[in-house]
Amino acid sequence: MDLKNLSKNDTIIAPATSPGMGAIAVIRISGPKAISYTKKFFTPYKSGKDLAEVKTHTAHFGEILDQPVNLEIAEDQPKQQPIDEVLINVFHDGKSFTGEETVEISCHGSTYIIQTILQLFVDAGVRAADAGEFTMRAYRNGKFDLSQAEAVADLIHSTSKASSQLALSQLKGGVSSEISKLREQLLNFASLIELELDFSEEDVEFADRSEFIILVGSIQKLVGKLMTSFSLGNAIKNGLPVAIVGEPNVGKSTLLNALLEEDRAIVSSIAGTTRDVIEDELNIEGVKFRFIDTAGIRETNDEIETKGIEKTFQKMDMARVVMQVFDVTKTAQSEIEKVAQALVDKYPEKEILIVLNKVDLFNPARNSEGGATEGNLSQSTEECVGEISAEDEYAAAKRAELNEMLGTQETKLQFNWEFQNQETITYIPISAKSEQGIQKIKNKLSSLVDVGQLNTGDIIISNARHYNSLKDANLSLDSVLHAMESGIPGDLLAIDIRGALHSLGEITGEITTDDLLGNIFGKFCIGK
Amino acid sequence: MSFFKEYEVIVVGAGHAGCEAAHAAAKLGSKVLLVTLNMNNIAQMSCNPAVGGIAKGQIVREIDALGGMMGIVTDETAIQTKMLNRSKGPAMWSPRAQSDRMMFAESWRMKLEQNLNVDFWQDMVTDVLVKNDKIIGIKTQLGIEFGAKSVILTNGTFLNGKIHIGNKNFGGGRAAERASTGITASLETLGFESGRMKTGTPPRVDARSLDFSKMEEQPGDSNPPRFSYTDTKALTSQRSCWLTYTNQEVHDILKTGFDKSPMFTGRIEGIGPRYCPSIEDKIERFSQRDRHQIFVEPEGWNTVEVYVNGFSTSLPEDVQQKAMQKIIGFENAKMFRPGYAIEYDYFPPTQLKHTLETKQVEGLYFAGQINGTTGYEEASGQGIMAGINAHKRIHNPNNDFILGRDQAYIGVLIDDLITKGTDEPYRMFTSRAEYRILLRQDNADDRLTEIGYNIGLADKSRLDKVKIKQKNVNTIIDKFKETSIEPKFLNPILQEKTSSEIKQKMKAYNLVLRPQLSIYDLKADPNVEILLTNKTQEEIEQAEILMKYEGYIFKEQEMANKLKKIDTIKIDPNFNYNSIKTLSAESIQKLTKIRPLNLGQASRVSGVSPSDISNLLIYLEKN
Repeated sequence: MDLKNLSKNDTIIAPATSPGMGAIAVIRISGPKAISYTKKFFTPYKSGKDLAEVKTHTAHFGEILDQPVNLEIAEDQPKQQPIDEVLINVFHDGKSFTGEETVEISCHGSTYIIQTILQLFVDAGVRAADAGEFTMRAYRNGKFDLSQAEAVADLIHSTSKASSQLALSQLKGGVSSEISKLREQLLNFASLIELELDFSEEDVEFADRSEFIILVGSIQKLVGKLMTSFSLGNAIKNGLPVAIVGEPNVGKSTLLNALLEEDRAIVSSIAGTTRDVIEDELNIEGVKFRFIDTAGIRETNDEIETKGIEKTFQKMDMARVVMQVFDVTKTAQSEIEKVAQALVDKYPEKEILIVLNKVDLFNPARNSEGGATEGNLSQSTEECVGEISAEDEYAAAKRAELNEMLGTQETKLQFNWEFQNQETITYIPISAKSEQGIQKIKNKLSSLVDVGQLNTGDIIISNARHYNSLKDANLSLDSVLHAMESGIPGDLLAIDIRGALHSLGEITGEITTDDLLGNIFGKFCIGK
Repeated sequence: MSFFKEYEVIVVGAGHAGCEAAHAAAKLGSKVLLVTLNMNNIAQMSCNPAVGGIAKGQIVREIDALGGMMGIVTDETAIQTKMLNRSKGPAMWSPRAQSDRMMFAESWRMKLEQNLNVDFWQDMVTDVLVKNDKIIGIKTQLGIEFGAKSVILTNGTFLNGKIHIGNKNFGGGRAAERASTGITASLETLGFESGRMKTGTPPRVDARSLDFSKMEEQPGDSNPPRFSYTDTKALTSQRSCWLTYTNQEVHDILKTGFDKSPMFTGRIEGIGPRYCPSIEDKIERFSQRDRHQIFVEPEGWNTVEVYVNGFSTSLPEDVQQKAMQKIIGFENAKMFRPGYAIEYDYFPPTQLKHTLETKQVEGLYFAGQINGTTGYEEASGQGIMAGINAHKRIHNPNNDFILGRDQAYIGVLIDDLITKGTDEPYRMFTSRAEYRILLRQDNADDRLTEIGYNIGLADKSRLDKVKIKQKNVNTIIDKFKETSIEPKFLNPILQEKTSSEIKQKMKAYNLVLRPQLSIYDLKADPNVEILLTNKTQEEIEQAEILMKYEGYIFKEQEMANKLKKIDTIKIDPNFNYNSIKTLSAESIQKLTKIRPLNLGQASRVSGVSPSDISNLLIYLEKN
């Protein structure tokens, strides 16, 4: 947003709905002259209606004309023409989203109509709003606290159902009120400590330290719960990062394409954080997943490859889910299990998915139905086999080799790969090419994000700034507990308690020492 | 007509604020006139005969470090001293003294009389004389006009003072002293806003009529502390206070007077302090408590008069007497003077600048209870600041003397007053300070003496003393980092203090960090013993604090530096808040009234919401 517009108070306009074709679009005009500008071009169907006179929160049907309604037009000039049939919603000063006089024009969703209406108002003197300017005005006018303003930004940028639900709950003040509750508890605690300090000479009974420890413990538990919710909240808001790991020819891109296939329309490719990484996004059951393609890992002495592997590790570090893809025609089960175990050991916190690709190549039995089912992965299609092209020569050879070996222990074992959903590790046999098992991957991924929690009313933190403040508060509380256990005096305890209050205050508002004293006077008999 | 000369600084009122103001301005070289209603009542302790206490003790040490007199006068006239809160952290250590009321006043008068720059005049000031929004002098009841470049008003509880005892009430500034009339009206004519406050005091009784054997003795410290950083003498003998309690019977008798209480019947309109309630207030508000503490405090070395701390009341005197006689040890108590409540005018301090100069009238300063504060220490703290600034205005203009919230309690006090105002008598608490651990009683000289010296108020000898102290403290810390302690010397003590024993030599520095250990414990090792010889108690204790609490001090310093950034965003005092259309009407009104000088101060103005502060920030950043 342009800084020079931060404190302006003029009338601004912008489409409130996203660009692109839709049945209807909403154009918002906010500022002291929103109604008078609209009135200039709007002619209501119900005659005699004056927009300047109507009540707030009312809708008015009519037409937007391409020239001012009251303009005297010479005989030989073209008369006013309607641009579109529209519904006008009027909000009075102090009663709207921005807190200013606002008009919302619901017109038909054609890019041409939207552009024409915008142009009309801009030519008349309304300024085109900067991105985020409506929200900025709402915040400035005290319609929101900081966390709510952030929620609006999140809501606008939400790309999935779950993330918009989350932003909406924050907008309603969920996070603020939860934090306020925490602060109130902490404030009471701080007051008790301050009471001990400033009024130690007075005849006041002081609370037991062990009660303090319990109180801090319970506050910390709440802070911890909110902090934990961040991983869910962050996943919902920003998408769950999934690292796809595997050697170049195990079928990663085929798998990615298969995963993205049906969602092609809503898939977007955005440049990742590093230049050579492309992230693909996929929306499963209302939750966004971000797939990060990586180079795969194996032991090597090659310097360049070592660097590539380091990079892979970095990407895996960022991911919540590691999806290791194997070409089962080339890798022995023991090897796969070894790698799987190594991943679990290295990333005990992450979800590990072992995708066993090319299971179809084992038993090229004819089955025009395709579609693998659990425990019965030998079903494959003729087409599948037939599709093995020149590039897959090696695979074909390997398949032939495997077929020859059919019956040996090694290959028998390979047939034992089944969908196994373990605590931290899941084996999913698939055929990327024939799209067998793809739905299983999707099911597995969507099961990782418990969107249901959104409906339980629990507060979920999705904002990194809030998370950091909570983390700081938690650190301060750790110090408080530590200090209490080692008998550190109250004036020093108070530093960390105030630190925690300050951190929580950063989310919603500030704390003053007046709060503390007010709290003390209200509750205790002070004074000789 | 006047045969009186013109003065540079006139101080109206000779209480704690007035004396400190007059001394500071005179010491700096201004020609000062101190005007008082009664020359016999200079530096009276109107309420309890005590100085210091939590947060207040720190203020006295700050006044002393700057070169003020309250610490020295207190040390010279104390009958008992204590360091409160020794069991708590260093931020809470607070010196407190019981004073000889008569000696305290006498000592102050002598100090002022010794300064040739101070003239005295006994009279009642009725008008302040102002021309073109500038102070030009004062006018007294006798019709005399004195010219002055700066005038400091320190009128205490005297402005339209009204004393209440039961149904009776009469004008007065203190028991048996007349009120001061005229100044309030004079200031209101100039456009000042005034308000009404209330405070109270308990009865004084005859010690010969009390049975101390039924009370608990409250002696002073065996190692009595001092307030001044100069070489005042520590007490060698002390007088004790005594503790007893009220009981249900006392409360029941007091209740019989409630229908005549000026508080409960609404005859008193002024707001009293919540933290210093009258006994009737305590009974009413905290009815679940069946007893309250009563401290019996001697009024001096040689008098039988005692102060009944905890029994502040404005009930009829016969009810006071009857109820008091039900207190254990008070069965035969004879009252000398009854308790009473007093109402007086104050001027909301939001009308002042950080220098305590009024925004409206150039050269006019307010200090003490006139600003809505309570307490001798708070008054003196303002007095010294007003005295310095009133002098500077004349001799060194455009060079205001202001202390920050991270520099001194005095800074917190004045910033709170002028930024937030107060609607009850303002008393200092340590919790009002954001940086309590930085504002300790042991380091007021580190914080302020050099500043006081640069102004010209603190003598060179004071500065030299601080430098020596700082050098010795640093030496102790450096040596502690080098010196290792042998297990054989320390383990017996560690055992006794249930701190884990050491197996091999350990640096003294690391051992001091243990909460259970005091620096003196380490003297068990002869090397430490030698190291601490020839060091004063103050030096040793400060070294210990700096080592033991280094982490916390660092943390708070960091926080102070962080929050200071917002103070660096300046606001023009003439800024037009109406130009920011999006500020709430309340914020515009409050900010226009206070005229904060920076964003930090703006954020402390009450009634200004955080979102308005961000609006202001956005605007200021833009411009």
